Amino acid sequence: MPTGIDKRPSPEELLRRVQAEERRARRGRLKVFLGYASRVGKSFRMLDEGRRRKERGEDVVVASIQFPLTPDLEALMSTLEYIPVLKETYAGNEYEVLDVAAIFRRHPRVCLVDELAYDNPPGTRNPKRWQDVDNILDQGVSVITAVNLQHIEEHQDAVERITGKRARQTVPERFLRSADEIVLVDAAVDDMIKRAGDREPVDLRRRLSELRELALLLAADVIDGQLENYLRSNGVELRWGSQERILVCVTPRSDAGAMLRSGRRNADRFHGNLLVCYVRQSGLGAKDQATMDANLALAIELEADVHVLDCSDPIAAIIRFAREQKVTQIFVGHSAPDRWKEMWSRSPVDRLIRAATDIDVRIFPHPQTP
Amino acid sequence: MSDSAEALQSDAVSAPPKGRLKVFLGYAAGVGKTYQMLDEAQELRHKGVDVVVGYFEPHGRQATIAKTADLEFIPRRRVEYRGSVFEEMDVDAILQRKPAVCLVDEFAHSNVPGSPRLKRWEDVMVLLQAGIDVFTTLNVQHLESLNDEVWHITGVRVRETVPDWVVDAADEVVLVDLTAEALQNRLHRGVVYTAEKAQKAMENFFTEANLTALREMALRHTAHEVEGRMSDLDAPAPGRTPTARPQTEAPARHERILICLTERPSTAVLIRRGKRVADYLHADCLAVHVERNSGRAGTRSGALEKHLSFARNLHIETHVLKGKDVARTIVEFARERNITQIYLGRAGAHAFWGGVWSTVHKVVRQARDREITVVAERLR
Repeated sequence: MPTGIDKRPSPEELLRRVQAEERRARRGRLKVFLGYASRVGKSFRMLDEGRRRKERGEDVVVASIQFPLTPDLEALMSTLEYIPVLKETYAGNEYEVLDVAAIFRRHPRVCLVDELAYDNPPGTRNPKRWQDVDNILDQGVSVITAVNLQHIEEHQDAVERITGKRARQTVPERFLRSADEIVLVDAAVDDMIKRAGDREPVDLRRRLSELRELALLLAADVIDGQLENYLRSNGVELRWGSQERILVCVTPRSDAGAMLRSGRRNADRFHGNLLVCYVRQSGLGAKDQATMDANLALAIELEADVHVLDCSDPIAAIIRFAREQKVTQIFVGHSAPDRWKEMWSRSPVDRLIRAATDIDVRIFPHPQTP
Repeated sequence: MSDSAEALQSDAVSAPPKGRLKVFLGYAAGVGKTYQMLDEAQELRHKGVDVVVGYFEPHGRQATIAKTADLEFIPRRRVEYRGSVFEEMDVDAILQRKPAVCLVDEFAHSNVPGSPRLKRWEDVMVLLQAGIDVFTTLNVQHLESLNDEVWHITGVRVRETVPDWVVDAADEVVLVDLTAEALQNRLHRGVVYTAEKAQKAMENFFTEANLTALREMALRHTAHEVEGRMSDLDAPAPGRTPTARPQTEAPARHERILICLTERPSTAVLIRRGKRVADYLHADCLAVHVERNSGRAGTRSGALEKHLSFARNLHIETHVLKGKDVARTIVEFARERNITQIYLGRAGAHAFWGGVWSTVHKVVRQARDREITVVAERLR
């Protein structure tokens, strides 16, 4: 992908943005409480926020809540107006469907919707509850809702690997990302184990811990996206954020395999991003070209974000690219030792170290080094 | 000659604490850490658990103060310092009272000079060692390893810090999350600070960008804490990587990181960075300083002593070596100690041909058989 492209929006793009903004201004606001497992207390947080908003004078109704209620939920519900869900049966299965028509008629300022991931039976307005919520938002009604990690579509595989189970009903991550606010409902794993009273605490502890980590990282990613949007729309430049971004520079001569794998491992450990760049060289021999192709294939296999740069000055190209991409660490390999050459010139690695004043540079051994 | 790290660590923790530590982690004042801590304490009290408040900072927040109803308070100790009277947590009184659970607000607080211990977290260690469970509150920006990032993002150099190992050793770290927008609303409504202070806060530290960045940091750090506790569980966990990436990598070798200390002020940044990477890679972390002169003991500069003791406080094993050729001494030590990565600081551009730079370049040339990281200056 080329870098330094013209980022000014076209008139069509500007118009689209204005229209999107107008639509957004009319739309209700979406707030999501994200939990990592049942019983972390999402519903409580949702109802408690409803209660507080009502106390501050906002018009709040509950459009769905999971029965039976615990005593503390019961106490909260008693302070709030409820538009009951419609109970429907289809092919022997029981469904609970939001009474969207009643919500439209009542038209509150804020609507609380528990269990965002529910499916609707065939023949209803939308196949999924989150689509109902989308319609409600379009009517200018704000929605506060709650959902668990296992119901986020894109995380199904990961959750199944951890729990061995797959949730039937899902919400796409893009809907979560479209939320104005997302709040992670955290709870100590110990407290969850006590609540569950499980007989195999070690397994349960691991399962819950892994789910918890995934949920925390998902929330962090969503918030990172929000931060980027905010900074972009306010023209603020943040040089390095809280996320590690590792750039591996590959050449036909360096031991790219070790560097790429280390880059992947480091990026994973930091839950950061892995980027790979290659400054195109002309007149590569067949052997070097084959090495280069293999290196790039490995980079793609390791799910790196691969960029090919065109520039006569490789060091300048790498530094410019790294700064643009808010890279925090550059991984670079020693070229093959050439002591005679080093006597009279600075090596590219020396030049890179000197130029990268604001980025960590990690230099990797050359495979031919004893 | 090499300083033994073990001896220096022992005064902080001599025996594993018997009490359990639970940390309520937030990203700013006003997110609700203390409120949630009190809420859980009330729940325990209702179940008949013996809970006391060791230290509570009300900040004039009414809903939080209401949450302390019916909880027993241990009176604070009054300390005189330079003509003023300060109030600190009374550790002796708590030890004498010996509750099952003690609430200690503001974990990162520094005690007034003349107190038995410099830091409140050290007071908490004493309570834990006496078998008392402790609930405490902490903001993510007070973690030592994040100090430079927080400074870079917010422009604020946080002075009161807690070494990461203290929080890593906690039994539970729970995130208290609130959106930046909700926190700003709280500020507007005067829940967090008085109107004037709130206005100032929102113009400086509590901007939406700062709060969002800190919040992301808190989420990521909590994930890191959860992961650290998982690796303590015996068997390897299935499905470690959250994505469906093919497992092409060989099992990771055990990393050992060596941080090279100099007298330069930026050494503090280098130490934090090296230690942070070591923590994330589950690597061993050592630090070394090479004295060039053959001088007598006791001639070490104050700056260097500060860096050495800072490193030890972060549980980094420190060594001081003598050698005419600094680069060679570092590289030989690295080989001897099976170091996999050497961490070096950089010097200003003007020093390219001399001093530190030549050491950096010499190490880069001589240690071609291992990884070397030259750490960024991280200026704002």
